[in-house]
Amino acid sequence: MSLTEGTRPRHVPDRLSSRPTRILRSWELLLFGIGVLIFLANTQASPYFLDPWNLSDATFNFTEKAFIAFAMALLIISGEIDLSVAGIIALASTAMGWALQWGVGAPGLVAIGLSVGLLCGAVNGVLVTRLGLPSIVATIGTMSLFRGISYIVLGDQAFNGYPPELAFLGRGYVFWVISFELTLFLLFALLYGTLLHFTNFGRQIYAIGNNPTAATFTGIRVARVKMILFLLTGLMSGIAAVCLTARLGSTRPSIAFAWELEIVTMVVLGGVSILGGSGSILGVVIAALVIGLVTFGLGLLNVPGIVMSIFIGGLLIAVIALPRLVRLLRTGRVT
Amino acid sequence: MKDTSPESREVLSLEAITKTFPGVTALNDVALSLYPGEVTALVGENGAGKSTLVKILTGIYQPDGGTIRVDGAETRFPTAIAAQSAGITAIHQETVLFDELSVAENIFLGHAPRGRFGLIDWARLRVDAKAILERIGARLDPETPLKELGIASKHLVAIARALSVEARVVVMDEPTASLSQAEIEELYDLVERLKAEGKAILFISHKFDEIFRIADRYTVFRDGEMVDAGRITEVTEDQLVEKMVGRTMDAIFPDRTFDPGPEILRVEGYRHPTEFAEIDFTLRRGEILGFYGLVGAGRSEVMQALFGVTRPSAGRVLLDGQEIVIRSPADAIAQGIVYVPEDRGHQGAITALPIFQNVTLPSLPQTSRHGFIRMAEEFALAREYTERLDLRAAALDQNVGNLSGGNQQKVVIAKWLATRPKVIILDEPTKGIDVGSKAAVHAFMAELAAEGLAVIMVSSEIPEILGMSDRAIVLRDGRIAGAFEREDLTPEILVRAAAGYAEVA
Repeated sequence: MSLTEGTRPRHVPDRLSSRPTRILRSWELLLFGIGVLIFLANTQASPYFLDPWNLSDATFNFTEKAFIAFAMALLIISGEIDLSVAGIIALASTAMGWALQWGVGAPGLVAIGLSVGLLCGAVNGVLVTRLGLPSIVATIGTMSLFRGISYIVLGDQAFNGYPPELAFLGRGYVFWVISFELTLFLLFALLYGTLLHFTNFGRQIYAIGNNPTAATFTGIRVARVKMILFLLTGLMSGIAAVCLTARLGSTRPSIAFAWELEIVTMVVLGGVSILGGSGSILGVVIAALVIGLVTFGLGLLNVPGIVMSIFIGGLLIAVIALPRLVRLLRTGRVT
Repeated sequence: MKDTSPESREVLSLEAITKTFPGVTALNDVALSLYPGEVTALVGENGAGKSTLVKILTGIYQPDGGTIRVDGAETRFPTAIAAQSAGITAIHQETVLFDELSVAENIFLGHAPRGRFGLIDWARLRVDAKAILERIGARLDPETPLKELGIASKHLVAIARALSVEARVVVMDEPTASLSQAEIEELYDLVERLKAEGKAILFISHKFDEIFRIADRYTVFRDGEMVDAGRITEVTEDQLVEKMVGRTMDAIFPDRTFDPGPEILRVEGYRHPTEFAEIDFTLRRGEILGFYGLVGAGRSEVMQALFGVTRPSAGRVLLDGQEIVIRSPADAIAQGIVYVPEDRGHQGAITALPIFQNVTLPSLPQTSRHGFIRMAEEFALAREYTERLDLRAAALDQNVGNLSGGNQQKVVIAKWLATRPKVIILDEPTKGIDVGSKAAVHAFMAELAAEGLAVIMVSSEIPEILGMSDRAIVLRDGRIAGAFEREDLTPEILVRAAAGYAEVA
């Protein structure tokens, strides 16, 4: 890439490669190709797969997790992580159930779910940005803390009897087979895609994730950006808690257990670097669809859940290793 | 060489050593000889190639050409271990020791006495460590964790370690830079002991008083070349300074006439708990103010306080006559003060992001509407400033990490100019960049000053200070050691003020 020395300023073109070339080389396209393959395999494997209502049902496998994955993607790109998200769901859902006992109606329950999510996000944000704790440690702590509180409140009991108006948020359909949750998923995909890729705030997230020191030296208020991202992740966990509670119609302390790892899997499968600094929302959207298709397809074949998680794990490693394998075969060297 | 000692006495000799990095020749055909029981002082400006030489001696860098001889036999140091087993150890300012281990463990790390089954013989380890510490007169308990020791004591541990591996050549790279006067005296005693034991010592220092006190021989480097070598008794301090700075100014600096504008920045009574004190200076529009000093004199620390990275404990900053409070870089940028850091890759550029995104990062409010990025305006701004700086790149969406050091620096400078600052602080703006980019940066600085921007330039390169500054301030140990107008600036004055030699004489 070295250019010879000249004397006059020269014109430097804006872009090196054209748009089609960049798309062809993108992670998203590779992942999309894999998604199409899985789709085709599914249509061959089961005659029930292509039924629109079945496909619509399948989306519930990933929508709530994907809400959180969008915010998590931003957080991971900024170089942090939040492993307490499933704990936040448990606590938010428990708070909703508790409020239900006092006769709070559907709008109040939604407000409580979202507020608890936001509050939990604030706790994580303060621990990381004010006290300077590593986020992976701080949120492992709050993961146990949040879920622990639900266990104390609920023990082996469950909250039931949520009002029917709430059920729409989890089980309602907006138009034909398009569920409320799927609509929300598409809306959030657009919102987060815009936020990350088309705003100053998104640009600052990438800068922080790539080099927090240089970002500080460029006048970016790093702590503030990270605080906002923890708040967003908490809020999205609250939204997921509301939808999940509405869909299940009950709250147990084990609700959404171990979702944090499935969410991180979704984000990483979507091409977000776990080290921070790169990734896209489109990738996360495709990853959510791929995971949804795989779990649905295997479900139709009556494959047990544990085998499904083995398949997802294998898929993650295969997709992450693929670009490196190609490079290894081409050049004989990794990195 | 003036030296007439017989060849056979040299314990280590380097001949015609050359080392180049992309765009820079760090060492060109240099020679160096070390003799048992003698201290050879290696002197030269920052960037003269001293550190590169130490790294070659200790097996960290491989020379591109030339020969290394130990006891007359040609050899190579492909690794740091190879250099160590040839009997060469180095004591740096930041010597590699392990804070969590004890003094004894540090001394014997990697070659601890073994007992049965190949396990470490802890009893003997302690006894041996104590013996070595006594030999160098260090009153240290071998059991103490290293992290509880000060820098001076850590040096002693490093020296004890050097003796434990039966080192024959000890390289000391500015060992007294962060020591108190009492500790320095102890170090001198130690050097005398090492001499008495027949070790050959390479002593790198900027301080002339200590060079004349403990060295037997000297070698002068300038711009990667060996300029002179000989016995210390055959040279005066003035001669040494002259050899060090040279008479020629090889870089061509832009012609400029200083047309001072009104005062824009005034710093009064600036003080930091540990890094600097009593810093007072003013800066005018159109002026280039040079800050010279040795490494660790506090120049970058003063600038980073001005930029809001660190907090001073006292003092006032006035911009255009108004007192301003700077708590963060964001505050400084908002006031029109920007800082191009010395550590380009770490603090300056975000190397994994494209050029245009780096340039517009602090100017995003200008290239956006309601927080939404406008790509066309972003590219336009990036294009305007990178072209002004004559950036050499394949495209603006190329990652900054793929550019040469000089072009990375241009991106960082372009980033700050795009914010239209009032004061720009450049910390070692041409460090480690190629000659062509250097000239471009210098020309551009002159242009900026002519347009009325106030420029502060921190530099360790005397020619750069002389060639660019309208005024220069010399810092020593966190304090102002002198302020000089352009017509009074000479290499000798700068070197003396920075090294404290004027007071010694």
